[in-house]
Amino acid sequence: MEILKNIESIRNDFPILNTKVNGNQLIYFDNAATSQTPNCVIDSISDYYKNLNSNIHRGVHKLSQLATEKYEESRKKFKEHLNARSASEIIFTSGTTHSINLISNGFTGFLKEGDEIIVSQLEHHSNIVPWQMLCEKTGAIMKVIPMNEKGDLDLSEFSALLGNKTKVVFVNHVSNALGTVNPIETIIEKSHNAGAAVLIDGAQAAPHFEIDVRKLDVDFYVCSAHKLCGPTGVGILYGKKEWLEKLPPYQGGGEMIDQVSFEKSTYADLPNKFEAGTPNISGVIASGIALDYINKLGLENIKEYEDYLLDYATAKLEEIDGIKIYGESKTKVSVISFNIGEIHPYDIGSVIDNLGIAVRTGHHCAQPIMDYFDIPGTIRISFSFYNTIDEINILIDTLKRASKMLS
Amino acid sequence: MKISNIQNEIVEEFDIFDTWMDKYEYLIELGKSVPKISEENKKEENIIKGCQSKVWLHAEKQDGLVKFHADSDAIITKGIISLLIRIFSNQKPEDIINADTDFIDKIGLRQHLSPNRANGLNNMIKKIKFYAIAFSKTN
Repeated sequence: MEILKNIESIRNDFPILNTKVNGNQLIYFDNAATSQTPNCVIDSISDYYKNLNSNIHRGVHKLSQLATEKYEESRKKFKEHLNARSASEIIFTSGTTHSINLISNGFTGFLKEGDEIIVSQLEHHSNIVPWQMLCEKTGAIMKVIPMNEKGDLDLSEFSALLGNKTKVVFVNHVSNALGTVNPIETIIEKSHNAGAAVLIDGAQAAPHFEIDVRKLDVDFYVCSAHKLCGPTGVGILYGKKEWLEKLPPYQGGGEMIDQVSFEKSTYADLPNKFEAGTPNISGVIASGIALDYINKLGLENIKEYEDYLLDYATAKLEEIDGIKIYGESKTKVSVISFNIGEIHPYDIGSVIDNLGIAVRTGHHCAQPIMDYFDIPGTIRISFSFYNTIDEINILIDTLKRASKMLS
Repeated sequence: MKISNIQNEIVEEFDIFDTWMDKYEYLIELGKSVPKISEENKKEENIIKGCQSKVWLHAEKQDGLVKFHADSDAIITKGIISLLIRIFSNQKPEDIINADTDFIDKIGLRQHLSPNRANGLNNMIKKIKFYAIAFSKTN
């Protein structure tokens, strides 16, 4: 296992992992919320402000040209990584939520009363609420693909929901709350056969495996840099050229224009049409560096190591009295959601936080899933490639201690 | 006992413990001893917003004093509730309105709560004071 062999040097790339919490070594198991940042990314941000800071695309001066080059280089990196046809199909936004809002808002003119759009029960609120707002504006109706008790989507039910009124289907690639990897290949194919466009929320998938938007034939694929070892405030939106050309701009302002007069303005070509105003230049450049870092480790190696952590942790957790794991799909990433007996997840989270272990507790912005299981929330641990078996062992001992205290 | 005296008493109790794990253990013990509120008072309007765990707070006035009853589905929250009830229940409305709440900082509770929980605690105190204000206007 490549990652295991180099785990010490990998961990040394992440200064935050040396943090102490109440005198205890930090154990960071909240990677599904945000990943930590390696030195090369931190250095890139610092280097930008020391040597490169200037506004892009408009200055004739040297710094502006250099910054523009670096910014566009990042776009090319994501184009390569996602296997888009052209770099102009990659739009930088402020994050996955922003990307989804950009698309859902763009569909306002394409929907009419009685049209249908389909979501899954496994979604993050960010992939529900923008579309509900779209329904309110247009009179379209939202239908929901149900899930079963293992956390898998019911595809036969999905087929039954699809019809000639279906205009858009939006599903996550990986559930943030349960870790389920959804069969998006089938979902995309069936949706296209019904004439519907598909948006895949890949925020939780991009850190774990390769994504090929052309092979998937997906219309929109969105993810966030901060879950990919990059900085916060950068989203990556892939859209098929034909769709991006059809969609109206989301925000008006600088850089997205072609000509402006008080009578009428015309818009710039892709990708600038969707990048109004000064973008997060340092963030986008640093995101490209983060992507290089991930690709140097290799997503296949990352997946192999994370699966090893997932299997080990799942087996160890199952030894704890009264544990119930939510999300038992055969295809899942390194995310484990669970509760212990009747103990409130927040109580466990508070006690283990005090001992230096960072986890997420609550509904994980996915209340429909919690409603399905009739629970207030879960404790969620999520691993990254810099986590270790030793850390999992400490977690298990700490959970046993917390559970004893709280029972 | 005066509100400030009860608060000092609590600060002294927490001083006995060396680590925050011990303090947590004490809060958990306190939480287990909170009398449950009746099901009829576990209604929507008694829920305090801004808490990750559910908190219900009900108040009534008896013989010029405000009595608080509260409950939560999380045990540490119940421990915190028990402190608040000990401090503010059976006090005159005006004493509650004028009370300081610096005991939270003195026992180090605030820095050991997540921002979410700290926010919930602030909302609990706000609601307690709202009740006191409302009762100060009734006989």
